[in-house]
Amino acid sequence: MLLKIENLNASVAGEPILNGIDLDVGAGQVHAVMGPNGSGKSTLAHVLSGRPGYEVTEGAVTFEGDDLLALEPEERAREGVFLGFQYPVEIPGVNNNYFLKAALNAIRKHRGEEELDAFDFIKLMKERAALMELDESLLSRAVNEGFSGGEKKRNEIFQMAVLDPKLAILDETDSGLDIDALRVVATGINKLRRDDNAIILITHYQRLLDYVQPDFVHVLSGGRIVKSGDKTLALDLEKQGYAWLETSPEARPVRS
Amino acid sequence: METPREPVAVDAALNEIVEQEYRFGFVSDIEADSAPPGLSEEIVRFISAKKEEPEWLLEWRLAAYRRWIRMVEPKWAHVHYPPIDFQEISYYSAPKSKEDAPKSLDEVDPELLETFEKLGIPLSERAALAGVAVDAVFDSVSVATTFKDKLSDLGIVFCSFSEAVRNHPDLVRKYLGTVVPPGDNFYSTLNSAVFSDGSFAYIPEGVQCPMELSTYFRINAAKTGQFERTLLVADKGARVSYLEGCTAPMRDENQLHAAVVELIALEDADIKYSTVQNWYPGDKEGKGGIYNFVTKRGACRGARSKISWTQVETGSAITWKYPGCLLIGDESVGEFYSVAMTNNKQQADTGTKMIHIGKNTRSTILSKGISAGEGQNAYRGLVRIQKGAEGARNYSQCDSLLLGDRCGAHTFPYLEVRNESSTVEHEASTSKIGEDQLFYCQSRGLSMEDAVSMIVNGFCKEVLRELPMEFAVEAQKLLGVSLEGAVG
Repeated sequence: MLLKIENLNASVAGEPILNGIDLDVGAGQVHAVMGPNGSGKSTLAHVLSGRPGYEVTEGAVTFEGDDLLALEPEERAREGVFLGFQYPVEIPGVNNNYFLKAALNAIRKHRGEEELDAFDFIKLMKERAALMELDESLLSRAVNEGFSGGEKKRNEIFQMAVLDPKLAILDETDSGLDIDALRVVATGINKLRRDDNAIILITHYQRLLDYVQPDFVHVLSGGRIVKSGDKTLALDLEKQGYAWLETSPEARPVRS
Repeated sequence: METPREPVAVDAALNEIVEQEYRFGFVSDIEADSAPPGLSEEIVRFISAKKEEPEWLLEWRLAAYRRWIRMVEPKWAHVHYPPIDFQEISYYSAPKSKEDAPKSLDEVDPELLETFEKLGIPLSERAALAGVAVDAVFDSVSVATTFKDKLSDLGIVFCSFSEAVRNHPDLVRKYLGTVVPPGDNFYSTLNSAVFSDGSFAYIPEGVQCPMELSTYFRINAAKTGQFERTLLVADKGARVSYLEGCTAPMRDENQLHAAVVELIALEDADIKYSTVQNWYPGDKEGKGGIYNFVTKRGACRGARSKISWTQVETGSAITWKYPGCLLIGDESVGEFYSVAMTNNKQQADTGTKMIHIGKNTRSTILSKGISAGEGQNAYRGLVRIQKGAEGARNYSQCDSLLLGDRCGAHTFPYLEVRNESSTVEHEASTSKIGEDQLFYCQSRGLSMEDAVSMIVNGFCKEVLRELPMEFAVEAQKLLGVSLEGAVG
């Protein structure tokens, strides 16, 4: 199993947000995690990538059999965990090429691979930019600075393409995108799907799943997974909304 | 998205980065030939005699000294320090080998060379490869000057100040004190009385200096004030780029550094003066460290002349300097690009003075202040448009970056506009390194140190790119090193 989450409880500023998440993600799989606002979707993403301020109070997470929670955020990234941000951050004055080269080489160094030189790196960047249909001029601009919402999200997927993670957690990558941008981003994600990597798609809406077909869909509510199924579950959610979570007996959390 | 309210872990990690020890803290064991502590007419005469100076220069020093004893130490800067006892300071110190000055690098004290080596100064072969002529000032006397022959073929004079007094007295006498007059301010007046050595450069008419001129200053002997005097003259149509780099070994006592730099650009001349200042900043508790009270000023005397100051100030316990330009010639240009960083208990009050006198004169000010730990950083800048400065233009931008919540940034812009046809623009911003920026970098595999360094370098980019290439690389590293342990 690539990622194994067991009874994960986490709180932010003393307030419990995740209340016992269990999830197994195997290589080659795409999991969609859906749920209403405040259900803990983004918290799950941040806990997995080690954001400071998110405190794990109980449970365990292993990545390729090793304790993921013991690692610093950058160590997780170097092990192959990638977080696609819901709100990508601007870093003025630091150009994309430089940023990604430093990141990629930190990861390669960790893997015991040689650092890429400038020529090989530029070649890789051009290749990946073409794959993602990303305008190359964005690469020499400062990281996310002055990017449109769509450009920022595409840049996230582009970074994923360059860093080539084993597990990508994409936090509401579809939010704020118009239909054309959504299609481009989804196409990019599909191109990166392989048998030896996995993706967790965190999304509020079903529409991304029209383009990126998940193997599993999980519904998060009150900080735990209340329902899991195949892609048809997403379609049911689309029809029914999330209101049924409040009333449906099967949605009621089972206390241990 | 849920946002954590207390990024405690980040602060802790940042503190760890900030708490890096000063990397250049070592003391060379070279016998110094020092004057006893204290300042008097006798000491001024002693210094002048030691340097075998002509009578006129002794008189010049004495006049400055007599003014200085009537002056009062200025208190207006946004810095705090205990009173300095000027009678406790020794005003002259030279390496003992001065009697028989080295003719080549082979004759230079090996320990001295080793010291330079540790600092990564390209004095020997590396100097040649890097195309840099180094006039190394160790304590107060120049010990080695390279490339002099090559430069003299072009008529360029580049030597220690003392040498210039001996070999080019007319040039020195003509320009010394004409930009920063004796009596200009407390510290420059002190410097005028007791200056030890420094650099002198003269670029003759129409000559473009083919290499970057460079001086590394160091302060070594304990309790020795260093009073450098630098004079740079670019004659009509001449062009020169001058680099000044500084590192000092660790000392417990506070050390006073009061240098004076004068630049003179005649018609169509162009002077670029770059500084990387990395003196000992004191320890985490604010013990020790250099007091860097420096007067730097350039005069664009001729039409279309240009003087550009670029400084990266990461060291010293207290920095107090305002490299300025007197824009006298019509269409002359003044520039000031600055990165000032304070960490732990460091304090900086720095900026510039742009005095527009001639018509259609232009000035640009770009200041980047970075405060970390309990560092205090003030930008203080004066833009004055004189009555006759028709069509003068100034653009100022002052940005501050805060790392953590115990530091401070302050901006004191002074605008004095006496000509209606001029344009003066001032922009200022203050931002904080965000926990989100750091996490974003970390989530891509970058360590906290690298993330901080990258964000800070990004913030300073517009200034760093004004530096000559080899200096820019050094400055970038320096920013990273000086910040290790900072952010929030």
